Amino acid sequence: MGILNKLDNSVEQFESGNIIITSMDKLLNWSRLSSMWQMFFGLACCAIEMMATSASHYDLDRFGIIPRPSPRHVDIILISGTVTLKMATRIKRLYDEMPGPKYILSMGSCSNCGGPYWEHGYHVLKGIDRVIPVDVYVPGCPPRPEALLEGLIKLQEKIRNQSLAKHTA
Amino acid sequence: MEINDIYNKLKKAFDDGIGEVKTDVPVSPFIFADRSKINAIALFLRDEESLQFDNLSCLSGVDYDKDNLAVVYHLVSYALKHSLVVKCLIPKSDPKIQTVSDVWAAADWHEREAFDLVGMTFEGHPDLRRILLPDDWEGHPLRKDFKVPEFYNGMKVPY
Ligand code: SF4
Repeated sequence: MGILNKLDNSVEQFESGNIIITSMDKLLNWSRLSSMWQMFFGLACCAIEMMATSASHYDLDRFGIIPRPSPRHVDIILISGTVTLKMATRIKRLYDEMPGPKYILSMGSCSNCGGPYWEHGYHVLKGIDRVIPVDVYVPGCPPRPEALLEGLIKLQEKIRNQSLAKHTA
Repeated sequence: MEINDIYNKLKKAFDDGIGEVKTDVPVSPFIFADRSKINAIALFLRDEESLQFDNLSCLSGVDYDKDNLAVVYHLVSYALKHSLVVKCLIPKSDPKIQTVSDVWAAADWHEREAFDLVGMTFEGHPDLRRILLPDDWEGHPLRKDFKVPEFYNGMKVPY
């Protein structure tokens, strides 16, 4: 059973039958990290790389990451590119409209810290973390799909170690 | 048609509405025009049989020098396959110029952009609002004396 492999070795299975025993924490975390639905949202040049990652060669779908066109449906936003101040107000609003638990992956130098616009970009937000909390930063300008995938796997790891007892997101 | 022929034609039609022609420049040669006659000049450039500048390929706003802003018009004639650059100086003390959006529809958004970033007003423009920056933005950032604000809507702007 593929599910069992993913749930890791703390899961017990009855010897005969389709019943497993696990903790609520593990089950919740597993379902969350296996279906991180993503906001249908791309910003600048990094978005091109994000699209490449979604396409068949790298295939984000195999991680359960599919784009959804409404903030009500999504669990993560990939902030994929230059965040202008005008866009930042919109992102903040989209973030507020997302149901929790919600996660942010900041992709590329621009959204990490302003990127090439750090000094003369009068209209660029110097890091999306000035507006919303970020879970994973992926460096690069733009990051290659491999880097983005690693960022997403890091995020999965983070979710895997969450616990209902501790408030995170 | 060559720039000097165009210049003579314009000079004949508009006299002091046309300034000097500059050909000894590293960029395309250009003609200065008067900002308060530019609408009529544009119409002439478009409709005159021997000019037929049917396409405004670019309109830019510039912070030109200490005292002046400028609007630069890049014109192309598909019909006659020649091109022209026209510049209008606008004193910073009175940043106004006539619109050409009724002559070339392409000027509509270009003029909004020039207004948004450089801050000259296009008189007669049907809908002169900011086009790129947020509506509540203060100032025109491509002016050389623009100071980056410390905060915008509670977000810190400098690095
Ligand atoms: S980090 Fe580089 S590639 Fe990504 S949006 Fe910014 S400038 Fe473009």
